[in-house]
Amino acid sequence: MKKTLLTAVCAASVLAFSSANAAQDLSNGDVKIGVLTDMSGVYKALEGPGAVTAARMAIDDFGGSVLGKKIELISADHQEKPDVASSIARKWIDQEHVDMLVGMDNSAVGLAVQGLASAKHTITINTGAGSTALTEDQCSKYGIHYVYDTHALPVGTATAIVKNGGKSWFFITADYAFGHSLRDNTSAIVKSLGGTVVGDVEAPLGTSDFSSYLLQASSSGADVIALANAGGDTVNAVKQAHSFGIVSRGQELAGMLVFLTDVKALGLKTAKGLEFTTAFYWDRDKASREWSKRFFKQHGAMPTMVQAGVYSAVTHYLQAVKAAGTDNSDAVRAQLGKMTLNDFFVHDGHIEANGLMAHDMYLVKVKSPEQSHGDWDLLKVVSTIPAKKAYIPISQSACPLLKH
Amino acid sequence: MHLNVILAQTMLGLSAGVFYAMLSLGLAIIFGLLNVINFAHGALYMLGAFVALIGYSYIGPWLGYDDFHLGFWWALIVAPVVVGCFGMLIERFMLRRLYQFDHIYGLLLTFGIALILQGLMSRYFNVSGTAYGGQPDSLSGIVNLGFMYFPTYRLFAIVVSIIVCVVTWFVIERTSLGAVLRAGVENPRLVEAFGINVPRLITLTFGFGVGLAALAGVLAAPIYSVSPLMGANLIITVFAVVVIGGMGSIGGAIVTGLALGLVQGLTQALYPPASETVIFFIMVIVLLIRPAGLFGKDTAS
Repeated sequence: MKKTLLTAVCAASVLAFSSANAAQDLSNGDVKIGVLTDMSGVYKALEGPGAVTAARMAIDDFGGSVLGKKIELISADHQEKPDVASSIARKWIDQEHVDMLVGMDNSAVGLAVQGLASAKHTITINTGAGSTALTEDQCSKYGIHYVYDTHALPVGTATAIVKNGGKSWFFITADYAFGHSLRDNTSAIVKSLGGTVVGDVEAPLGTSDFSSYLLQASSSGADVIALANAGGDTVNAVKQAHSFGIVSRGQELAGMLVFLTDVKALGLKTAKGLEFTTAFYWDRDKASREWSKRFFKQHGAMPTMVQAGVYSAVTHYLQAVKAAGTDNSDAVRAQLGKMTLNDFFVHDGHIEANGLMAHDMYLVKVKSPEQSHGDWDLLKVVSTIPAKKAYIPISQSACPLLKH
Repeated sequence: MHLNVILAQTMLGLSAGVFYAMLSLGLAIIFGLLNVINFAHGALYMLGAFVALIGYSYIGPWLGYDDFHLGFWWALIVAPVVVGCFGMLIERFMLRRLYQFDHIYGLLLTFGIALILQGLMSRYFNVSGTAYGGQPDSLSGIVNLGFMYFPTYRLFAIVVSIIVCVVTWFVIERTSLGAVLRAGVENPRLVEAFGINVPRLITLTFGFGVGLAALAGVLAAPIYSVSPLMGANLIITVFAVVVIGGMGSIGGAIVTGLALGLVQGLTQALYPPASETVIFFIMVIVLLIRPAGLFGKDTAS
């Protein structure tokens, strides 16, 4: 018995040694990507299982292997809880030797995982969270913020609306850090363009009935009612604004963070005319259409900007691993910083030293039912917001890493 | 504040209040007649909304008839019946075993049922909500009330809910059927001696209370998004309403539900950050001054 055990140990160590030889530049002999996302909660539809599908597609399209070794994919549900997310991330990095984490919708989750992973020299590419803190005061050496942030969203939407004559604004704000920061960023832009903020009401997070707030917004006489909230709050507010006929009586609704899935949930009849900023719309050009249709076949729904971003992020990460010839985080991060990112999702994107992937954003408008020709023909791209205008310039970044 | 604004907020408060009233009425019936604190009430309200949603959008394709939609008017009848039957099964096979024990066991059982129902629905449906498309066109307009524009559907929901509440109150407090029900709780043996099947009566009562929750769910579906957590968010407020009104008082539940909806509506206009807490603040004050609730009879002494 003892002898067999000894033989087994010997054999295992020989095997381990030889495999280490075969891929000396890959830690543990493979590249492992972890999708940490919300598989059961409020953000399931916008990232969730669709993000896992997108990551799987990216790996398959890359050929399933890099530097001669298989690319592995794992995923888990962070349940929108930073503590759950942190313990999964810790286990993945320490025991399962995950090389890169992607996903992490929800800013609290994103910040917790980015901090933890960076301390363990592991790259994170955040596709789901919005907080600018990821690349500003809590920026980190290995953390990348890929799809959108709370600065880029209002810039495009507010600028376009003010220029089109929407001068006076009323805010319905989700009463927590995310909502406040969206409102403050938006008001600053509105005021800088000569618009005014005539009122603001803070609704508790998870309000089911917005009618009272909408009524105040309506009677304020503002040109624009801005929704500085997200997810279910936005959906409820838009739906109820429609039922009170606020838009049909001439006031404009502007969503500060709206996903394709929200528009789908609302239906065109209710959401028509709503303007917002997005990083991606499937029907924008030929390349985005082709990829999105492939995604649709596997997922049964068109991709949100977050899901498209996951594919793009994983692909560019693998390209960087290939170019660097190793999965060592420092080398890969340096390579990512040197690359110009180009695919169906991003055009001439760059990952800055603070981790921000600055790229063009798009101002879109929800179509009316008459304009739509098909189940997913939901948005019209109104204009492109250049990366330089959308994101905080690196010269003005408050990221402590930049101040050596 | 302008009179029109106060009137408008009153209407909005009323439209929230009728849901509080319908739900707390069901809770009060179940508590008053069965002595069970039904924590699953919110989940059953959610289930009612889902029966309407599934009936309208999903059941046709599931059965292979893509064009089949269970309309809103049918849902108003079907959902309470389906969910009510489900409630009767819970009463017959689970709750009934717990009557001999302390209240807390019934509460724990129903709380567990609520968690299971919410978890199951979250597995299959979008937690941030799905739009209910079955609202009839005849109710989709907007009425100009003079002081505000008000959705026709909300007006309809207010009227229907108030009628249901008043009829329920009348049946339980003013008819012989209600008298039998109340007597069955006071002294089951005596009532059985009159040839009345008390256990069946209790099962039906529970089913009725649950049906009311489901009806409220169907009425809520076109206003709010249908979501697995819609009941969980509401039930805490509704329990506060029941406590303020007095546990088990039928009329108290209705009046308190409507009144607190109004209070909340006005708070949303005057000081929005307090709108979620104002009801609990009132609850604390009421419990300090009248521990049995505004309409409750003090049974502790």
